[in-house]
Amino acid sequence: MKYVDEFREAGVISKAADEIRRLADSERHYRFMEVCGGHTHAIYRFGLKDLLPPNIELIHGPGCPVCVLPMGRIDDGLSIATDPDVVFTAFGDMMRVPGTKGSPLEHKARGMDVRIVYSPSDALKLAQKNPDKQVMFFAIGFETTAPSTALTLMRAKALDVQNFSVFCNHVTIIPAIRAILDSPGMRIDAFIGPGHVSTVIGCRPYEWIAKNEHKPIAVSGFEPVDILQSIVMLLRQLKAGETKVENQYTRVVPWEGNRAALKAMAEVFELRPYFEWRGMGFISQSALRIRAAYATWDAEQRFQVPGVRVTDPKAAQCGEVLKGALKPIQCKLFGKECTPEHPIGALMVSSEGSCAAYYNYEYRKTVLTSIGIPA
Amino acid sequence: MCLAIPAKIVELSAEDPTRALIEVVGVRRHVDMGLLQDDPPRSGDWVLVHVGFAMSKISEEQALDQLRMLSMMGEDEAALDEVKGYGSHDLTEGRLTPGELSDGT
Repeated sequence: MKYVDEFREAGVISKAADEIRRLADSERHYRFMEVCGGHTHAIYRFGLKDLLPPNIELIHGPGCPVCVLPMGRIDDGLSIATDPDVVFTAFGDMMRVPGTKGSPLEHKARGMDVRIVYSPSDALKLAQKNPDKQVMFFAIGFETTAPSTALTLMRAKALDVQNFSVFCNHVTIIPAIRAILDSPGMRIDAFIGPGHVSTVIGCRPYEWIAKNEHKPIAVSGFEPVDILQSIVMLLRQLKAGETKVENQYTRVVPWEGNRAALKAMAEVFELRPYFEWRGMGFISQSALRIRAAYATWDAEQRFQVPGVRVTDPKAAQCGEVLKGALKPIQCKLFGKECTPEHPIGALMVSSEGSCAAYYNYEYRKTVLTSIGIPA
Repeated sequence: MCLAIPAKIVELSAEDPTRALIEVVGVRRHVDMGLLQDDPPRSGDWVLVHVGFAMSKISEEQALDQLRMLSMMGEDEAALDEVKGYGSHDLTEGRLTPGELSDGT
């Protein structure tokens, strides 16, 4: 609550919260999934849960690309970079994510050439400036990030930069939502749709959720008032017995998405038949690989890749938390073996993962302070 | 990961239409405009930037709201660091943590 009080539009927020309380049927329990990790982070950061009536539960979805990346992919990427001629580049988010033999940063400490880049185009420039090195970009992200990787590969091809490659781990959000809806024991009433993914894909790809699965969805911005307004939209639909796709974030998200971005993705990427998601297992057609026309720049084709598979520890209940069957704190490992400092499960790995967000904003405040440990 | 940073376009490159100089809270960097080629922005326009690429055009009011939101989420410094990092090897200065960041050598 204290975070929300700082907000300039406190009046608008309390109005939205009043409207939520007015619309919510006290006889009913609502379970809304926010798909995007950015929303999960904002919900905890602003303490939005405190503004909602107790019968509205927010389930934190799979939209954290760092969290859902299987450990074997990190091992595979790092194994390529054991060649002293290879430079491993990735976003800062990846640097502390553990593989079985340590994180990229730990590999750097052991002498591997590992560098943070803030943009895939910077990895390409690094390759141009270091023609005697093989610069590999370890790409992660949903549709928000994939177009930037695609354009970078198009530039690499146009400029014929032969010492640049991409290890592609890009994933797509729709199959993950489908996997959640198809999983046994799932009980989600409606979705808060991802904001920045939708600037690229638009709102149409969600229509099947409304039409076939009969669940309302509201594509949402990231401010507290955006998220609350999206919840109002979902409650109104449920009350009226409607299911449709609504766009709360019209100031940024065009209904048709960004055509130039989609075109770049289609030029460079094709769907993988299946891909493994941490905590969720294999999901068909849920990830992107580099097309044959760009094979020269595909690290998986240029280098020997061991194809490591690392099974998630059985005790970690990430899948149940992702589907909303368990709250983070109900997992057997939460806060004990599995903490943000020593993540075992996928959802504790990044600050956008639901377990890490819960740990940092709820658990530290309520549990740790109550036993005298400063948060 | 999927958050975007609002930035003002200071200058569009004359020779390369996909390159623009942008400014975020006093920090200037080059970003790629290739994803906005269907509706190219002009100098002075605001855009949302993600991993060094402009994703969408926004109004100034929305940009300032977004900046305020990043600061409330405690993400403003990380966002600024990210912008400072774009093309960091183009520059002699920059916020390079020794041993951790690309130095372009």
